[in-house]
Amino acid sequence: MNLNWIKINNNSKISLLDIPVLDISDLRIETISLCGGCSDAFGGSKETFSKPFLHRLRPVGFFGKDWGRGDARLFVVLADDSKGVFYVSSALFKAGIREYDSFTSEVPAFHMFEREFFEEFNIKPVGHPWLKPVRKNTDNYQFFEMDGEEVHRVAVGPIHAGVIEPGHFRFMCNGETVYHLEIALGYQHRGVEDMMVRMPSNRLAESVCGDSVIAYNLAYSKLMESVKGVSVSSKAQLIRLLALEMERAAIHIGDLGAIAGDIAYLMGASVFGATRTLVINTMLEFSGSRFGRGLITIGGVNFDIEKEKVERAKKTFDKVERDVKRMVKTMLKNSSVVSRLEKTGTVNMERALEIGMSGLAARASGINIDSRFDFPDKWYAASGADSLGIQRIHPKGTGDVNARFKIRYKEILQSFSIIRKAFEKLEDFAHEPVNSGYEVLNKENAKDVFAISAIEGWRGEIIHIAMTDGAGRLSRYKIKDPSFNNWYGLALAVRNNGVSDFPLCNKSFNLSYCGCDL
Amino acid sequence: MEMLTKILNLIIVLILPFLMIGVIKKTKAFWGGRKGAPVFQPLFDFIKLIKKDFVISKTVSFVFSLAPLVILACTLFAALFIPLGTGSAVINIEAGLIIFAYILGLSKFFTLIGAMDTGSSFEGMGASREACFTSIVEPAFFMIIASAMALSGNLTFDSLSKILVNAGGYGVLIVIFAVLALFLMLLIEGCRVPVDDPATHLELTMIHEVMILDNSAFDLAVISYSASLKMLLISSLIAKLIIPETVSAVEYLGFYLLVVFAISVITGTIESSTARLRMTHIFEFIFVMSSFALIILSLTVARMFGG
Repeated sequence: MNLNWIKINNNSKISLLDIPVLDISDLRIETISLCGGCSDAFGGSKETFSKPFLHRLRPVGFFGKDWGRGDARLFVVLADDSKGVFYVSSALFKAGIREYDSFTSEVPAFHMFEREFFEEFNIKPVGHPWLKPVRKNTDNYQFFEMDGEEVHRVAVGPIHAGVIEPGHFRFMCNGETVYHLEIALGYQHRGVEDMMVRMPSNRLAESVCGDSVIAYNLAYSKLMESVKGVSVSSKAQLIRLLALEMERAAIHIGDLGAIAGDIAYLMGASVFGATRTLVINTMLEFSGSRFGRGLITIGGVNFDIEKEKVERAKKTFDKVERDVKRMVKTMLKNSSVVSRLEKTGTVNMERALEIGMSGLAARASGINIDSRFDFPDKWYAASGADSLGIQRIHPKGTGDVNARFKIRYKEILQSFSIIRKAFEKLEDFAHEPVNSGYEVLNKENAKDVFAISAIEGWRGEIIHIAMTDGAGRLSRYKIKDPSFNNWYGLALAVRNNGVSDFPLCNKSFNLSYCGCDL
Repeated sequence: MEMLTKILNLIIVLILPFLMIGVIKKTKAFWGGRKGAPVFQPLFDFIKLIKKDFVISKTVSFVFSLAPLVILACTLFAALFIPLGTGSAVINIEAGLIIFAYILGLSKFFTLIGAMDTGSSFEGMGASREACFTSIVEPAFFMIIASAMALSGNLTFDSLSKILVNAGGYGVLIVIFAVLALFLMLLIEGCRVPVDDPATHLELTMIHEVMILDNSAFDLAVISYSASLKMLLISSLIAKLIIPETVSAVEYLGFYLLVVFAISVITGTIESSTARLRMTHIFEFIFVMSSFALIILSLTVARMFGG
């Protein structure tokens, strides 16, 4: 990399003053050359294909910050999965400048980021093909319309039949076939990022997205630990890893059950529902909350796990693993189940890369990115004394519901194997403290820094970025959930599928509304 | 005796549809490892619903309120033509088949326009699916029943049980195929898995349920009741085909109940062990019924004209 970018590792900080400030047009050219061009999906030209898909960098952050006197500074963060580092650069928009050339027209992965930036700073990306609101959803939202005698519109939501979060789905169909799905979100916008700046706390962080309590709290805690310079004991890190993998296993099992429920396969729904409860009840024993609220804190964790609890949990997980294995095998032998899962809601690898999908859905499409292994933390490291010897999964990547179903199953088994290893390791650290005391919460933040933390939650890579000002106060907090890009993946997945298959596709992605709306 | 038969028929029509649904749900609960609701829960739900107040959309016309009544009246009227627990129908006339089929057709028609009257895109979608499936099921149904009647010597539902006696080996084959085909029809018309999922909350995947989303209170109660009564009527036809002519009235009732509950348990088991078909594959499922109907028709022709 050249001087136009600064390198930053996961869970670390750099001085804000070291981040290069480029001219926006230079930043654009730099970014496009690093992220590669795009194909015809968004009207870009084929000639701009500059790099093979898999060796490109991936945008994970593209956000503005108020820079005083009406100026705005745009930060771009790119992830290099093969090297395990992030690159940061920025550009300054003077008060009068209200537009720039869109990145999206060349690199579609910026599509959501630029919409968000436009919405927050009113600086227009000229040439953006789909400049619609992200969160400030208004009554006069302009939906994409199709004309034709046989084309009909189906509007679903924002209030849904199940007890789920609000979001509006607009289908353009011909008979039973979906031509186009447009997803309008923003109904849950709570101003989380601003709240994080004003009153950062673990409780707030774990409330951002209720199905990823551990992952969000962990991302926040690690970020603040690097900003404050707090170290965490090996034991606390093990418990955190346990909690993260338990969350992954529990939600994945629940999702398998939900997929079975959607195709009216009753036995799957019952078995997975019951086994998921066993996992989250174990979490209840460990932390006093089924979803692990209050477990993780800056500097460690709040609760130790006693030996008897570990023994009980081991037995429970053995049973859960056995039941899940048996049920999945039964399901995949059932032709009526397989015929529903296979070739439904396909997102091929090329499209998934273009729109910057991440996490589980991306892996199902054959993009093997997993921040646990790409940006490894202590225990996930591939080698060394601390390595638990965890193997990365290599999915087939057909990109359909079947692939997303199977990858969940594989990750459940992987999580249980990690949990088992962590339980064993836990005994070696019996005498270590689980946290660094409550004084660390009041420890001063480093001044003028930029810190980043990427945690692989069950849904995918959760990015938290924080900046502090000259007095050490938080001045910007940015969260990126995998749902942010993956919602568009869902929209692509249902094209040319039956409208009645939409709920199944939706469940197989199981994206977050609140993690996207923030 | 006459009076007793009528009372018995009335009780069967009023209670058995709920029991059928109750047994199906109990079977599903059993396979799901749950205790499940009492078998009379559908009846309790019915009573609960008729006590409730209406919530009626502002966009609907009188058709919407008329539809449930027509559906109920039609289904009850159709029930008069079918031999229930006593083995003989209340109205036993020739060509009762035509009246039966078209009375149910009228009820279906009102289900569809009642749904479309709400102007909801979901309900329109459900109506289009239902209309599409019905148009394939109806001819097959005619072929099956009319063939069986032709061979049993008399064009009434009551004489269906004579087919085993009158048509010999052909009769056995026809009964087997007819029972299978009618069972498929029960799954299709009764909106059960693998065709439809009565337990789902996902509007986009529904067929029957989505058409009654706007109905509430008494309207909803009678529509649900009519749907289960229709399942009972098809089961009654299956019973009539299977149960031999020679049994006594009491024995017939016993066999009848056995058949109805067996069908409920089988339906519940199928619902627990298979996934729903993809919407586009439902046609293939219905065509299985149609192909059975064609087999029956050809067997009948062979028997009548081939000697």
